Amino acid sequence: MDDVTVPPIASPEPGDDPVTKTTGHPGDAKMWTARMRRRVVRAFPPDRLLPDRQPAYVASWIYVFGVATVAALVVVIVTGCILAVKGPQWWHVSSVGHLVNSCHLWSVELFFFAMVIHLWGKFFMGAWRGRRAMTWIVGGVTFLASIVTAFTGYLSQTNFDSQWISTQAKDGINATGGGALFNVLNFGQMLMWHITLMPLVIILLTGWHVLLVRRRGVVPPYPAKAEKGAVALAEVAR
Amino acid sequence: MTHLTTIHATLVALGGLPRSIVNLDKPGHYIHWHFIQISVANLIVIGSMVLVFLLALLIPFPGHGKGGRDDG
Repeated sequence: MDDVTVPPIASPEPGDDPVTKTTGHPGDAKMWTARMRRRVVRAFPPDRLLPDRQPAYVASWIYVFGVATVAALVVVIVTGCILAVKGPQWWHVSSVGHLVNSCHLWSVELFFFAMVIHLWGKFFMGAWRGRRAMTWIVGGVTFLASIVTAFTGYLSQTNFDSQWISTQAKDGINATGGGALFNVLNFGQMLMWHITLMPLVIILLTGWHVLLVRRRGVVPPYPAKAEKGAVALAEVAR
Repeated sequence: MTHLTTIHATLVALGGLPRSIVNLDKPGHYIHWHFIQISVANLIVIGSMVLVFLLALLIPFPGHGKGGRDDG
């Protein structure tokens, strides 16, 4: 069998159990706050939420692309906030505006670049093994939500490019029947989706994805073929 | 910094230095193969992703095997 279970956490010293420590006053144990606190600490003990060490198999470049995606997302959000504060007249005409606008674009390019390699790596690792299906699904949904965010971003550029993309896209969207709800020619709606709704969705999904990775641990690689064969032979012999 | 910018602008004006490595001020190039149509720019990005993916699998991670990391 593949060893895909969650790595064990070092047992805390007696009296130092973070779960029992969070109980608080004995009379308050049944309060929803105490129950919620216990549940959260059980699911995410501090040493699992922010571990000092990772398993040896994580020492590979292929495991870097998840955090590279998050790093690119941080740059996307920071540059996006600056663009939101200053506005289109600034990013279209000033040299610093051009720079921040370009940083926003290229950090998105890096975000997708790293995310796709992360996705390929996790696909070939079978990263849904060991009760990690939800981690895989949330990652996939985040990828789809990122495409919607990038698309509404292209429509929010306020230039000929965004006009061209919106007029070309409207026929495709209308063919699906979704044009009434998602009107790509409605600039206000596309801008709101891009700077409020979709960033909120992406941040929540990314946070959920990272918490699931922390909870279930990083998926280990498949065992070597010789080892697999030995396990199969042992099972037959039994 | 201003001095360097002036030199760069002068070289660009004289035609001695391109404004960018690739001239983007014209329609993009496309590759057609049966029903497949893809821009060269997108093909370069996808090719780079495949290359980086393979390199990530092949290049050893720095510090690996020195006993610095262990199952935790």
